[in-house]
Amino acid sequence: MNNVYYGKLIFELSKEGRCGYSLPENECADYKMQALPANLMRAEAPALPEVDELTVVRHYTNMSNNNFGVDTGFYPLGSCTMKYNPKINEDMAAHPDFTGLHPLQPMGTVDGALEVYYNLQMSLAELAGMSEFTLNPFAGAHGELTGLMIIRSYHMSRGDEKRTKIIVPDSAHGTNPASAAVCGLDVVVVKSRPDGTVDVEDLKPLLDDTIAGMMMTNPNTLGIFEHNIAEIAKLVHEAGGLMYYDGANLNPMLGKVRPGDIGFDVMHINLHKTFSTPHGGGGPGSGPVGVRAGLEQFLPNPRVMKDDMDHFYVENNDKSLGFISGFLGNFAVMMRAYTYILTLGYNNIKNVGPLATLNANYIKESLKDCYELPIGGVCKHEFVFDGLKDKSTGVTTLDVAKRLLDYGFHSPTIYFPLLFHEALMIEPTENESKETLDGFIEVMKTIAREAKEDPEMVKSAPHNTPVRRLDDTQAALHPIVTYRELQAEAL
Amino acid sequence: MSKIIDGLYYSESHEYVKVDGEFGYIGITDYAQHELGNVVYVDMPEVDDEVAAGEEFGAVESVKAASDLLSPVSGTVVEVNEALEDEPGLINKDAFENWIIKVELSDKSELDDLMDAAAYKAMIGE
Amino acid sequence: MAYKFFPHTDEDIRSMLNTCGAKSIDDLYSDVPSELVFKEDYDLPEAMSEIEIRQYFDYLGAQNTKLTCFMGAGCYDHYSPSVVNDIVRRSEFLTSYTPYQAEISQGTLQYIFEYQSMMAELTGMEVSNASMYDGCTATAEAMMMAVANAKKRNKVLISETVNPIVIRVVETYAKFHGVVVEKIAAEGGVTSRADFEAKIAKDDVAGVIVATPNFYGILEDYTGWADLCHEHKALLIMNCVASALGVIKTPAEWGADVAVGDGQSLGIPMNFGGPYVGFLCTSKKLIRKMPGRIVGATKDADGKRTFVLTLQAREQHIRREKATSNICSNESLMALYVTIYMSLMGKKGLREVNELGYSGAHYLAEKLVKSGKFELAFPDKPFLNEFAVKTTQDIDMLQTIGALEGFNVGLKIADDTMLICVTEQRTKDEIDDLADLLIDPLPEEAENEENNNETV
Repeated sequence: MNNVYYGKLIFELSKEGRCGYSLPENECADYKMQALPANLMRAEAPALPEVDELTVVRHYTNMSNNNFGVDTGFYPLGSCTMKYNPKINEDMAAHPDFTGLHPLQPMGTVDGALEVYYNLQMSLAELAGMSEFTLNPFAGAHGELTGLMIIRSYHMSRGDEKRTKIIVPDSAHGTNPASAAVCGLDVVVVKSRPDGTVDVEDLKPLLDDTIAGMMMTNPNTLGIFEHNIAEIAKLVHEAGGLMYYDGANLNPMLGKVRPGDIGFDVMHINLHKTFSTPHGGGGPGSGPVGVRAGLEQFLPNPRVMKDDMDHFYVENNDKSLGFISGFLGNFAVMMRAYTYILTLGYNNIKNVGPLATLNANYIKESLKDCYELPIGGVCKHEFVFDGLKDKSTGVTTLDVAKRLLDYGFHSPTIYFPLLFHEALMIEPTENESKETLDGFIEVMKTIAREAKEDPEMVKSAPHNTPVRRLDDTQAALHPIVTYRELQAEAL
Repeated sequence: MSKIIDGLYYSESHEYVKVDGEFGYIGITDYAQHELGNVVYVDMPEVDDEVAAGEEFGAVESVKAASDLLSPVSGTVVEVNEALEDEPGLINKDAFENWIIKVELSDKSELDDLMDAAAYKAMIGE
Repeated sequence: MAYKFFPHTDEDIRSMLNTCGAKSIDDLYSDVPSELVFKEDYDLPEAMSEIEIRQYFDYLGAQNTKLTCFMGAGCYDHYSPSVVNDIVRRSEFLTSYTPYQAEISQGTLQYIFEYQSMMAELTGMEVSNASMYDGCTATAEAMMMAVANAKKRNKVLISETVNPIVIRVVETYAKFHGVVVEKIAAEGGVTSRADFEAKIAKDDVAGVIVATPNFYGILEDYTGWADLCHEHKALLIMNCVASALGVIKTPAEWGADVAVGDGQSLGIPMNFGGPYVGFLCTSKKLIRKMPGRIVGATKDADGKRTFVLTLQAREQHIRREKATSNICSNESLMALYVTIYMSLMGKKGLREVNELGYSGAHYLAEKLVKSGKFELAFPDKPFLNEFAVKTTQDIDMLQTIGALEGFNVGLKIADDTMLICVTEQRTKDEIDDLADLLIDPLPEEAENEENNNETV
C-alpha cells in the first residue's frame, strides 16, 4: 500500500492543461453555446481536477487498496449479512441489452427488463410467503418507509384516521423509529424481556385504536427468534393494527420460515443482504416491499404487471400510496438478485438459512468461555457478546474490534443493540468455511489473552492498518468536508 | 464522583436550574456531561423562544451519542450561551459554569417539582 | 449440501454440530414453533449453471429493443469512459460495507470526500452529503429539511416547471410527513413570478422548490428569488441537472440554500431507471440539518491526514426518531462512479459535453421548426440540450414508428407536445435521421397511398 504518493487527493494531482477524456468533434459547431444569455451561465468553470487517464487509474486503484471488502476477508459484521457477492451477478448486471434502456422508453421495447422485474417480484413473494412485491424502494430504510406508507394508506382508506402510532421494540434498528418519524407516525417503544424477546405483557396495554401497527425484526437484533410471534401478531391484529416485518435479518429464515406465514402483513427485503448484491461501500442497495393479499392496491406506483396473454406492462393505480422513486427502483441491483435466485434454485436456496445459523452457533459456542454471552440457547444467523468475559483489564469492545483489524478480519458490529453496554454483534454467513471460522475463533481467543497480558497494546490497536485510530472528536467539532475547506485549514 | 452544587434545582433528565431573581440559568449536570463524553455540538433555541417544563428545547451531541435537552421550567429564552457555539467542550470543562440558556421564569412554583442537591445526589447513586 | 457457494462438507457439519451440542441443523431451529416452519419446496426453478444463466439473460435481453436515445426528462444518455466502470468493479470498493471502521475503509472514505468536494464545486455550495438515493428523493429530503429548519411552518411551494416525476415523489413524502405542497404556476414554460410573490408573501412557507434547467429544458431567470425567500424566512431549494451545472449559473450563484438533483447525467448508464445517485448540497450553516452521511477530514494517532464519517449524531442509528432522515444505505458506489467521471472530464470536459449537447439540440430544433411540422413550445426561452416542441402529428404514432426504426424519439408531455434531448453521444447523422423520421414518418406508405390513388 503506497500511501506516500497516492495518499493525495485527486485535486492535489491536478495540473492545469492536463486532460483525461476524449470527445468527438462538434459536427454542429455553428450552434454556439455562447449564444445563451451570460446572466444564466456560471461565472467560472467548476474547480474540478485536471488529470490524465493513467493518473486517475492509479489514484483510485491505490485507494481501493486501503479498503476491506468481502473479497478481501471475513466480514462478520452483525445485522449486515456480508455474504459473498457472486461474480456472475456483476456480469449479468452489466449486460448491454439492459444497461442502455431509458426508463421511459416506449412499452414494447423493454419486455426483457419488465420480465426480470416481474419474475423477481414473484420469486420474492414465493420466498417470503407474501402476495405481491414492489421493487421500487432503493434501500432497506426506503423499504421501511414505503411499508409504513402502505400501512397508513390502508388505515386511511378505511377512514381510520386516528391510527398514528407505531410500536417498535427497544432492540430495533434505529431506522425503524426514524422511518416512522418520516412517515408521520409516533413511535411507542415496547420493552424486551431478559431473554431478548418482546415482552408480551408490556405490549398488551399499548394496543388500542390509535395503533397503526408494529414493526419487528425476526430473528431480532440479538439473533433470537421471537417465538411468541404468533401471539403478538394475533394481539396486534385484534387491536386493528398491521404487522410490519423488517427484513434486515431475513437470511436465517431462508429455507425455514416465511414471514407471510407467521403473521406479517407488510415487509421489506434488503437485496444487498439476503440476496447477495454487493454493499458497494454503502449502496446502491434495494429494498423491495411485499404485502399480503388484500393490500396490493396500496403498493407504490409505478407497478409492473402481467396480463392474461403473458404481456408485461407498467401501471399506475389510483389507490396506491403514490410515488416513492423516479422510476422502477435500482434495476441493475435487481438483475443481480434475480441472477442469484436462479443460480441457487429452489434446491439450494433452502440451505442458506440453516448454514448461516450453523456458522453463527459454532462461533458462539466456541467463544463463550472468553466473551460474555448474555443470552444463552440457540441463536439464528447472529448473536451478541457483551464484551470480554474478564472486564478487569479495561479492554473494551472498541479495542477488541480494532485489534481484529490487525489480524486481517473486519470487526463485528459494535455497541449495537443498545441493550448491552459492550455489545459485539457477530454474523458470519453461509459462505464461510469451517477453516475461516476456526481462524477467526483462534484470533478472538488470542485477543482475549492479549487483553490480560498486554492491555495497552490492545487499547492502542490497530497497529497494522493503513492508518491508525482517528480523531473523530475533532472531525465533529470542526467539520472539514470539502477539499476547499481542507486547503483553508492546511490539514 | 460527579460534582453537585447546593442551591440549584435538578431534573430527572439531568438538567439544572440556577435561579437568579426572575431568571433561571439552565444547563446539564456534571454527571450528564460525564456520561455523554466529549460534547461536540449544542443545539440551542433562539432568544425569545418559549420553553415549557418537561419539553425539549435543544440537544447536546457527542461523537457517538446525542441527548435531548428537556427544560426543567417554563419561560422565555432571554439569552443563549454563545460561547458554546464555538467551544461546546466548555460543558465538559465545567458544566455548571457553562449554562446553556437563560430563561425568564413564567411560573416559579414549578421549581417545587424539581430536586435539590441531596435528592439529585441520591438519584444518581453517589 | 455441497454447492459452489457453500463450503461445508458433511464432516464439517458433523463436527460443528458437535461443538454446538446439536444432533442436526434442525435442532438449531428448536426455538421456532413447528407450525411456523415452512415445510414445502419453494415454487422456483431449479439451480442454473453459469452457462444457462448467460443463455437465459441473452434470451431476455433479446426481448428488449436498443434504441438511439433522444429522450431525457430526468435520465440522460451520456457517455461513460471505460476507466469508470473498470474501477467501480474493483471488489475492494464493490464488496465493502459502509465505512464505519475508518482504519480499513480509507478508500471509500476518501472517494466520498472527493465526491463531496466535487459536488460542492459543481453546485457552488459549501457542503455536500455522501449521496442520496436519486434526484426525486433528494428533493423530498430537502423539503423535509426546510420544514425542520422552519420549525413552525409546514408549507412548501414547488414550481410547476419542476420535472413532474420529481413533484409526485415530493408530494408523496409530503402527504405522509404532514407537509402541505402548493404549486407555483407555470407561464410560458417558466415559473410565474407573480404567483410566487403572492404565495411567499403569506409568510407561512418553509421552502420553495424550483428547477434549473427546468423540466422543459429551459434556463429560468431566478434573479431576486433568493432574497425574496429569505425576506420571508423560507429556504430556496434548487433541483438541478448535474451535468448542466458544468456551464449554467449555479444554485449558489442564484443564492439558493439547498441544491439537489440527480447525478445520473454524470456518466451513469441509464440502466432502466437505476441505480443513480441523488445529491444534496447546502451551506455550512445548515450542515447539521442535512440528511444522510457526511465524511470529514481529520488526523489519525500518527498525525496522518485521514477521513472519517462525521456528524453522525444527526443520523438514524444514534438519533432514532429524532434523526434528520431515515436514510442509511445511500448510493455510495454511484458516488464513486461520478467522482471518477468528473476526475476524467475535469473542468474542460464537462464544458465540452454541454457544448456538444447544445449544438446538436439547437441544430435539431431548427431543422424541425423549419420543416413547418413542428414549432418550439416556448420559442423565446433559452435552452441547453433539451427542448419541447409542438406538433399536429400523433406523437404516439411518432414514438411507435421511431421505435421500429431504432429511435427513442423523445417523451410525450402533452397531446401535442414532446420533449427531446440531445447528448454528446448523438452524431449529426443520427440527428438528421431522427429529423427525417419526425418530419416525414410514413414516406413509403404515403407513396403507396399515392399509387393507390392513381390506380383508383
